[in-house]
Amino acid sequence: MNGASGAGPVLLGVRHHGPGSARAVRAALERCAPSAVLIEGPPEADELVPLAAQEDMRPPVALLAHAVDDPGRAAFWPLAAFSPEWVALRWALEHGVPVRFIDLPAAHTLAMTAPESEPGTGPAPETRPGTGRGMEAAAGAAGEGEGGASGASGSGERTDPSGTAPSRTDAPRTDALRVDPLRALAEAAGHGDPERWWEDVIEHRGAGGDRPNGDGPNGDGAGGDGADALAPFAALAEAMAELRAVYGDGGHPHDALREAHMRLRLHAARREFGDRVAVVCGAWHVPALAGRRTVTADRQLLKGLPKVRTALTWVPWTHRRLARRSGYGAGIASPGWYGHLFEAPDRPVERWLTKAARLLRDEDYPVSSAHVIEAVRLAEGLAAVRDRPLPGLAELNDAVRAVMSAGSDVPLALIHDRLVVGDALGRVPEGAPAVPLQRDLDRIRRTLRLTPEAGERQVELDLRKETDTARSHLLHRLRLLDIPWGEPARSRAGTGTFRETWRLRWEPELAVRVAEAGIWGTTVLGAATTKAAADALAATALADVTALAERCLRAALPAALPVVMRALADRAALDADVGHLAHALPALVRAVRYGDVRGTDAAALRAVALGLADRIFVGLPPACTGLDADGAAELRRHLDATHGAVALLAQATEGQAEPVPHRPAGGAAAEPLRERWAAVLGTLAGRDTVPGLLRGRAARLLLDGGRLADGGAERLMAQALSPGNRPTDAAGWIEGFVGGPDGGLLLVHDERLLALVDGWLTGVPDAAFTDVLPLLRRTFAEYDAGARRTLGELVRRGPVGAPDHRGAGSADAAAPGFGPGLDRDRAAAVLPTLHLLLGIPQHGYEEGDPAPGPAPGPGPSGAGRGEGHGSPQDNGGGDGATAGPPAMAVPQTNRRTGAGR
Amino acid sequence: MTENGTTTADGARDAAGEALRPHAEVAFAQELAALAAADDRPRPARWRLSPWAVATYLLGGTLADGTVITPKYVGPRRLVEVAVATLATDRALLLLGVPGTAKTWVSEHLAAAVSGDSTLLVQGTAGTPEEAIRYGWNYAQLLAHGPSRDALVPGPVMRAMAEGMTARVEELTRIPADVQDTLITLLSEKTLPIPELGQEVQAVRGFNVIATANDRDRGVNDLSSALRRRFNTVVLPLPATPEEEVDIVARRVEQIGHGLHLPPAPRGMDEIRRVVTVFRELRDGGTADGRTKLKSPSGTLSTAEAISVVTSGLALAAHFGDGVLRPADLAAGLLGAVVRDPAADRVVWQEYLETVVRERDGWQDFYRACREVSG
Repeated sequence: MNGASGAGPVLLGVRHHGPGSARAVRAALERCAPSAVLIEGPPEADELVPLAAQEDMRPPVALLAHAVDDPGRAAFWPLAAFSPEWVALRWALEHGVPVRFIDLPAAHTLAMTAPESEPGTGPAPETRPGTGRGMEAAAGAAGEGEGGASGASGSGERTDPSGTAPSRTDAPRTDALRVDPLRALAEAAGHGDPERWWEDVIEHRGAGGDRPNGDGPNGDGAGGDGADALAPFAALAEAMAELRAVYGDGGHPHDALREAHMRLRLHAARREFGDRVAVVCGAWHVPALAGRRTVTADRQLLKGLPKVRTALTWVPWTHRRLARRSGYGAGIASPGWYGHLFEAPDRPVERWLTKAARLLRDEDYPVSSAHVIEAVRLAEGLAAVRDRPLPGLAELNDAVRAVMSAGSDVPLALIHDRLVVGDALGRVPEGAPAVPLQRDLDRIRRTLRLTPEAGERQVELDLRKETDTARSHLLHRLRLLDIPWGEPARSRAGTGTFRETWRLRWEPELAVRVAEAGIWGTTVLGAATTKAAADALAATALADVTALAERCLRAALPAALPVVMRALADRAALDADVGHLAHALPALVRAVRYGDVRGTDAAALRAVALGLADRIFVGLPPACTGLDADGAAELRRHLDATHGAVALLAQATEGQAEPVPHRPAGGAAAEPLRERWAAVLGTLAGRDTVPGLLRGRAARLLLDGGRLADGGAERLMAQALSPGNRPTDAAGWIEGFVGGPDGGLLLVHDERLLALVDGWLTGVPDAAFTDVLPLLRRTFAEYDAGARRTLGELVRRGPVGAPDHRGAGSADAAAPGFGPGLDRDRAAAVLPTLHLLLGIPQHGYEEGDPAPGPAPGPGPSGAGRGEGHGSPQDNGGGDGATAGPPAMAVPQTNRRTGAGR
Repeated sequence: MTENGTTTADGARDAAGEALRPHAEVAFAQELAALAAADDRPRPARWRLSPWAVATYLLGGTLADGTVITPKYVGPRRLVEVAVATLATDRALLLLGVPGTAKTWVSEHLAAAVSGDSTLLVQGTAGTPEEAIRYGWNYAQLLAHGPSRDALVPGPVMRAMAEGMTARVEELTRIPADVQDTLITLLSEKTLPIPELGQEVQAVRGFNVIATANDRDRGVNDLSSALRRRFNTVVLPLPATPEEEVDIVARRVEQIGHGLHLPPAPRGMDEIRRVVTVFRELRDGGTADGRTKLKSPSGTLSTAEAISVVTSGLALAAHFGDGVLRPADLAAGLLGAVVRDPAADRVVWQEYLETVVRERDGWQDFYRACREVSG
């Protein structure tokens, strides 16, 4: 192995993103002072190196390579402050040493990882490549650029498998193999957990080993501390060489290509800078670079590789993205911890626990210095019990849990979020090349013929047209990404679901927004999907998530829906406030209907909506008790909203063959949605502790739905208005029951109800009357003038329904709510209109008067009627036998008016 | 599986013959001896075993000489390691958990392994006096000879301090707050003053305290933060998998049923599994398939409560039913276990019924039974 021994390049095999490796690399570079630094990474990035020296550049950042014609195809090389590659880069820049990236060019990597058919086939409709990627992203955890992730793994940045989506078939399965060397080494050393083994042997060694006052026994005594900065690299290279002898290329063909290219670049660099160049690359590649192959053989290998036009840039990155659970990160579970190990000048354990204590103190946990002391002692004791050289993250977490947080996991979750992963956000200087998202946007814009204009412009989109649908999707997606190019405006004409109106205005700062949004992905679709998913997870209020679901449908982001739905179901399950649930339901039901209209698959949405409705049904009755007037008024709004939503939802659900996907067929317990809702309303209407307003409203909704048996409404009202109840409560009941613009008609048409109200009102004690008055005034003020006047007249006429009004003979019996007898003149006045409405020739009725007795009238219209339906005799006979119903009263009037004419 | 203190007592009973329930250090004397012989690691002062060996004693393993150490605690290894490391660093250990999580069992075995004696025990009750923790007086002596060390009757903790042993305090939170406070000085200063004699007892190296407490019970005396600060806390979890919990419940129910002369009920296992499922889902705040989140009720829903629900269901079935354990026999008991807070918990329970139980295959009977008692 050619280490520091003078001749030949210095090969520094590292673990990507290992802080110990990073320290060791810096020490080694300091010691050998190479003439050039070669780093594993795409050579196209050579020209971007100077940007890394700028003040504005802050890790974590990532090199982003993307195919110029297809921004969706991209690869990331994330670099954190503690990445050995970054350390080497910065060291070289600080010392004015040239830097070269030596990995296989991104042009090849991208070309090889992409499916063969796709590369830039002219102006493809923007949905096609995008959708494909979007689906992949759906399978992943939060997958923005899955293309990016797979590209990155292809280039070997990740050292272990992370739970990303199983991407395209030809996307490398290297992850599984790549962990093998570590596992093999760890198992050889008798450890089950490769991560822990590596941490013990390498990372902690680096942390303790570089300085004289290291914090503990160094487990793997691989050479003296700092005496030979290159010794660990030599040892590691040796181990890797053994492994490569056994495993060969690890079963991954790309590695051979990459290593051939690295050798060629190394060869060129040695010609240019002399032999003292340093190479920073994955430890796995060291044996391949040290081995001897002829230049011609390597060239031969690289001949004829596919290629795409590629552009590279720096993009800001975050620690969360580096973390494994982000789905396409670098596979580092604890970037914050690694960063801490790298930054802490000494005593990493004490410093870490102090940080944790500060964080907890800021969150109002009582944590004192004494806690820190005890936690340090426990962590060290634990490390001893577990035979570890130094406390690692597991020990520190255990210590924090036992000492600082009294066994609770809640503070620990906080520490994990803020410290172990961390909030670090990178920054990239202004001069960095444009992000692919911008290019993608430009391309789509051209396809859809939408030009960015500074002036405001209104466009009407007809969603039945394909282009307009695509435009609508684009604008909705951009809005999701906080790029408000278009604002939805109220449609001028027609509020149909297939029409949208947008106000477009392209402000210059939107370009900045696009650059910022670049962090979410490389295509508009991918970025919007990721952003929507991230928003769903971050949202705290239920209504926000519901709104988001609606937006996802409008923006056609099917891949984001599962995440959003899940977040929605979770929020709904844990939200104890029925108000929130009721607030969320209408929007959700709208989304279900919207999905139905647009042919989107809204089944998942429907299931969530049904679940939400059930929770409301359960939670509503208890929530309706013990309310003040304001609370009751608010709940009444929710009651109405839920009622409307349930009706819509039931309609949407009944349209489906199978209402709920997983409901067992014939489940005895499953009543229809409407029935359950009616049962809830029934409970509300009959429960005394519920405020009158809500009871009245529930009764009204039941009545409107035809759910009250004959006289049911009357009975409920009589109960509510009985003298024992507080007058204000009764007035509230009235407001609930007959409130709203259409309530007046109810009273007009049902005299029994009116009589009850009337009787109650006259019985209200004088003292209470002034309390009741505003409530009643509010109720009655909502009616239109006609209803108010009619009511007034009815009431002035005095108590209706009294016996003396009934006696005027059967033919003159009053319909409920009407005076006795018939005012025939007034009735006749409506007849011409009625004839028009029914389409019956006016004279027909006049002549063919079905008066008692057979008197078929002569004349043309009689014949006309005979042609129509039924015989006049039938009608007449019926009329003679039964008496009274208004419909029958009409012909009688007819006769008289006819005579009058 | 989390060994329930009472269930494993049976095994111990078989092992040691005479005593109804021999102490851990007696029942497992052989294992302890084998461990001590094989243990070549450094031991803290007055420890019978090294921390590593204590952890092995609890978690089980095979020694170099082939001796098999049975696992005493089957649960997360991490927890035992934290507990042992706590004792090794001279900190008091507080084991928290709901009933049925083997707190007492773990504490007894830790004391047996560390000090070889698990009998220095203060049983916490609402009536535990200060004397039980510190010292009492032999009043005959006191009256005859006046205050002297001879008249002093040392409590378990005092003896542990003097001899460098592990003292155990059971049910710490049941002890009245003012008596709990006695422990504060004792744990921080490691001395126990005897003002009557103008003397003090200083703790010898090796002294430590293991306390157990149930933090979710109602009507207990919460630990003051001053006292809590003196302890490292380890929370013992409920059984990790449904199978383990079903197993524990089934075994205990069988034992209790035997004691009450209840005939074994057919179909019992299915219903036990159902009760355990309900308990676990409500406790964890999510369905077993992980698809739906749920609200958790205010009660603890411990394994012990599941046992009592099933037992009372069995009694109902045996005495008033047809001897077959049916959902209807369990519904009322379940309702009582879940709905502790009449307002909030009832909503939780009904939501659970409506959103989860109603749509589950084969749970229709259960749903109806629950609906009936829930009203």
